[in-house]
Amino acid sequence: MAAIQTLTDDTFSELVGASDTPMLVDFWAEWCGPCKQIAPILEELAVEQHDRLSIGKLNVDENLKVAQQFSVMSIPTLILFKGGEPVARLVGAKPKGALLQELSAYL
Amino acid sequence: MTERTKLAIIGSGPAGLTAAIYAARAQLAPVVIEGEPSSTSDQPGGQLMLTTEVENYPGFTDAIMGPDLMGAMRAQAVRFGADLRVAKVTAVDLDATPFSLWLGAHDEPDVVADAVILASGASAVPLSVPGEARLLGHGLSTCATCDGFFFRGKEIAVIGGGDSALEEALFLTRFATKVTVVHRRDELRASRIMQQRAFDHEKIELRWNTVVTEVLGDDCLTGIAVRDTVTAEASTIELGGVFVAIGHEPNTELVKGQLELDGGGYVVTTTGTYTSVDGVFAAGDVQDHVYRQAVTSAGSGCMAAIDAERWLEHRGH
Repeated sequence: MAAIQTLTDDTFSELVGASDTPMLVDFWAEWCGPCKQIAPILEELAVEQHDRLSIGKLNVDENLKVAQQFSVMSIPTLILFKGGEPVARLVGAKPKGALLQELSAYL
Repeated sequence: MTERTKLAIIGSGPAGLTAAIYAARAQLAPVVIEGEPSSTSDQPGGQLMLTTEVENYPGFTDAIMGPDLMGAMRAQAVRFGADLRVAKVTAVDLDATPFSLWLGAHDEPDVVADAVILASGASAVPLSVPGEARLLGHGLSTCATCDGFFFRGKEIAVIGGGDSALEEALFLTRFATKVTVVHRRDELRASRIMQQRAFDHEKIELRWNTVVTEVLGDDCLTGIAVRDTVTAEASTIELGGVFVAIGHEPNTELVKGQLELDGGGYVVTTTGTYTSVDGVFAAGDVQDHVYRQAVTSAGSGCMAAIDAERWLEHRGH
């Protein structure tokens, strides 16, 4: 059972760097409709893919520093980090199948 | 496996969900194919999922957030027994009854229905210029309410001249230092109240008779190339962000060649919500290029459910 980790400006580097598996970070905000649509998909992925993927969420309203560091200009943006480095970036809400397909090349 | 239902509803905006509420209360147990998550208006909940405050939906004195309104409509439809599916209809066959719906590349249809309500809505029209695909999400956006926040302190442009363009421009003044509205004609389509608000706003500048020819920037948007439609003079505008709001087109690709469409691609309806195929009804923006409001969509969704219910009853289904 894997839970989604909540990341902040302060904890981002440490938590993403320390992850054994690639970490998918969801840049989101409360006021973003498409973000709400992918939230349940990410919760499912966190459980189903826990052996090869961990998932973190970063609220861009509260953590603008990290959002700016990775030039996030549209949400939802999902960035996959491997060993703390970004390796893939998906902009916009997508169905679960499409999301997994795009990620699987990096897992 | 093919599933049989009396009524299938395609779409889950105000039209689809209102039809679902009425049909479910009429004991038709409708199957609602909601659509799939995306960041365009073609998604579960429809165009209102990309808005913030809805100020003109009756009953909400202090406005309601678009996604909250759609969440409430969805819950109401579920409460009365509508069967909602997060999936996209990939093909339909409206030639033979019962009508067939496919939700993927399967041989057999996934759903067959005695009657169908098409409420697939409309989607934002893209600019269709070089650079657009590359820079979408990197400074180019189709959703001011989603992305406006990231353009704090920047000069940005909104492309378009309708109500939604001016709504976006006004919304974006909260973040941007200057908002240039780029419009291809010399007058706006927008309503008087929106025009007045835009003209009165110190941060908003109108640029008339101007078309966008290219979106500029390598990894990140830096501006747009434009052409004056009167003088044919080409120039560039340096910008930190661009929002596209040049209108909507109906989501009727699915039924092209099967239902009668008008010149703009909208489904033609007669006597209420009847389409050219007996047993297929249409509601909301897919058949309405005139009003296009949440409340008129909901109203036509209600009409479609009542039309479908009476049609089914009349045929002994």
